[in-house]
Amino acid sequence: MASLWEYANPKKFIQTTDRLLPWLSVLAAITLVIGLIWGFFFTPDDFRQGSTVKIIYLHVPSALMAINAWLMMLVASLVWIVRRHHVSALAARAAAPVGAVMTVIALATGAIWGQPMWGTWWAWDPRLTSFLILFLFYLGYIALWAAIENDDTAADLTSVLCLVGSVFALLSRYAVNFWNQGLHQGASLSLDKEKNVADVFYHPLLFCIAGFVLLFVALVFLRTQTEIRARRMRALLARERLG
Amino acid sequence: MKALLLRDIRLAVRAGGGFGLGLAFFLIVVVLVPFGVGPDSGLLAVIAPGILWLGALLSCLLSLDRIFALDWEDGSLDLLATAPLPMEALVSLKALAHWLTTGVPLVLASPLFALLLSLPVEGYLPLVISLALGTPALSVIGTFGAALTVGLKRGGLLLSLLVLPLYVPTLIFGAEVARRGAEGLDTGVPLAMLAGITFGAIALLPFASAAVLRVNLR
Repeated sequence: MASLWEYANPKKFIQTTDRLLPWLSVLAAITLVIGLIWGFFFTPDDFRQGSTVKIIYLHVPSALMAINAWLMMLVASLVWIVRRHHVSALAARAAAPVGAVMTVIALATGAIWGQPMWGTWWAWDPRLTSFLILFLFYLGYIALWAAIENDDTAADLTSVLCLVGSVFALLSRYAVNFWNQGLHQGASLSLDKEKNVADVFYHPLLFCIAGFVLLFVALVFLRTQTEIRARRMRALLARERLG
Repeated sequence: MKALLLRDIRLAVRAGGGFGLGLAFFLIVVVLVPFGVGPDSGLLAVIAPGILWLGALLSCLLSLDRIFALDWEDGSLDLLATAPLPMEALVSLKALAHWLTTGVPLVLASPLFALLLSLPVEGYLPLVISLALGTPALSVIGTFGAALTVGLKRGGLLLSLLVLPLYVPTLIFGAEVARRGAEGLDTGVPLAMLAGITFGAIALLPFASAAVLRVNLR
């Protein structure tokens, strides 16, 4: 069986992802369209929240991906530190803006839902606050990548920042719990609970989550390809100038 | 090691080292707050612990880029890196020197500034304890940020963007200790958490700082 590490070869990575990308994108589009249309138009209104409940189809998947994108960057950074595969570092770089946008979507949809439901756009609730802090971590990570000219140095520094940042993001997550009581409801989805949300809302939500995951993977593949090609271009241009 | 520590402290204290600047900045923050929120001493007493912690944090932040920048510019950082001293020890010493020249004066001056913000009397001791316990963490975390951005030409703003999110847990627990102290509540739990963060940072972060410094000196 082919080892996972074969994809550390940029050529192999581009070949494989080129084959996968159309499928992934189409699949992501289909699941998202099904999930969102089903969720928005074919589920009943909640008897207390009215139709605002439907924002769950954007809010929960984006929040999920915001955290998992950082997790993916953490793993990719570790791979870069341990095995020094360039594709891994570039994948982490490619995932960061996507994760940041997911964080913004989660915060924005939360605010839009919070206005009619809690009567406020923003509250200094632990969950909201830790998401804002996560967003700051994304910003710092992206800014550090952008600030350093040498690619390998940038990859090294950002990976260490990602590791240290993960520890502190986790610390902040529990520190804010201590600092203020929450307004946000508990987890809507978890694996060990018998029943999460009512089935009518649950099934389209699963589609939306799958759609967001597929979208994220497709975007990261695409952006990693772009990074690889941009780096090749720079190498070619540099060679031309020398020759 | 001792020589390096003394050298860093001497460089910071002498003219041009910006030793008093952090303290002056702290004072200005404290003076500006009443202009912003009004001179009502009841309100000031409520927000005093938070303001004092924020002021201390910001003046720490201001002096961070000085930790490595001067040594980087004149090349002595390269010499220090090749010296028979582990990089981890070097960054720890740098952090210690930064704390002695920035953190300790802030801690010592804080009761005076608390007076300006009419902090209740029972809040003084918790404030000083929390700052004394928390500022080492600020220095160690800041050293990591300074090591990350040492090679950059205009790293100052980036340094703040990188370091401030890392300061969140320290600030939360530190200000919580000071606030609870001022209200006469039990400060045991946040104090223990603050100590945990400080000692954890002192124990672990020098390895990360040394790693990024090695990358930057490559």
